[in-house]
Amino acid sequence: MLVEMMFYVFATILVGAALGVIVARNPVISALSLVLCFITSAAIWLLLEAEFLAVVLVLVYVGAVMVLFLFVVMMLDINLAELRQGFTRFAWLGWLTALAVIVEIVGVIWSRGGLGIDASKGGTAQPADYSNTLELGRVLYTQYAYPFELAAMVLLVAIVAAIALTMRSRIGLKKQDIARQVAVRREDRVRIVKMKAEKRS
Amino acid sequence: MITLGSLLTLSGILFSLAVAGIFLNRKNLILLLMCVELLLLAANFNFIAFSRYLGDINGQVFVFFVLTVAAAESAIGLAILVVLFRERRSINVEDLNTLRG
Repeated sequence: MLVEMMFYVFATILVGAALGVIVARNPVISALSLVLCFITSAAIWLLLEAEFLAVVLVLVYVGAVMVLFLFVVMMLDINLAELRQGFTRFAWLGWLTALAVIVEIVGVIWSRGGLGIDASKGGTAQPADYSNTLELGRVLYTQYAYPFELAAMVLLVAIVAAIALTMRSRIGLKKQDIARQVAVRREDRVRIVKMKAEKRS
Repeated sequence: MITLGSLLTLSGILFSLAVAGIFLNRKNLILLLMCVELLLLAANFNFIAFSRYLGDINGQVFVFFVLTVAAAESAIGLAILVVLFRERRSINVEDLNTLRG
């Protein structure tokens, strides 16, 4: 009963925060609402006994991705008035689509039977000594070892791509050229001048 | 007991809000990226709900991969956005007409 009540409280916060993301005037407020979304989602995932993913969601999303978003939002000097222009022009279409999607999904879920799922049932709780992380790791490193490696490659490519995209060489910047420094030889720097010794006065 | 139906409904509401957000903020590239994150979160909700309902851990493994790819996507997306802002001094989607699409 308590779990159910908590679920509904978190779900309300989640929907409110999602609304905040899409209607906020200021992108910073949108980003912070999205942080709230992720944290409440993590709480709901904890209620569903997906502990590892809940922690990963908070660490990776709130800790890394959303901080990146906030950095970009604050770094760019955006003309908000121009971007908000025509905000309501297609709003009716947006709400209509949202309503259609909700009606369709809810209709499918509550019509039951045909899909072979009983939507009014909940999952069974795991025993007390069940470790979600252990189970996930056991599957991830055996059955899904190759997809796991592939995911690592995707992240590596993303790192390289992000750095390569944002790196720029500014003209007129004074900086070291290591290759030229290493390639320098004695003849380039030292000049030996031969001259007669002067008489001691 | 949290029922499967309420979870799927919640994920449906989240998904449709994100779709509405794409319609509303169609000029602001940052908000579009945020709405995509919200869409992926809604999809992840479905995976977790069914993983618990069916008692099958594979759903959670898939959420793990979705999180990985989404993180990579947002990193590259934001990098492109920064480069774009440097070129155009704007992130308005309507200014992106180089490809004449």
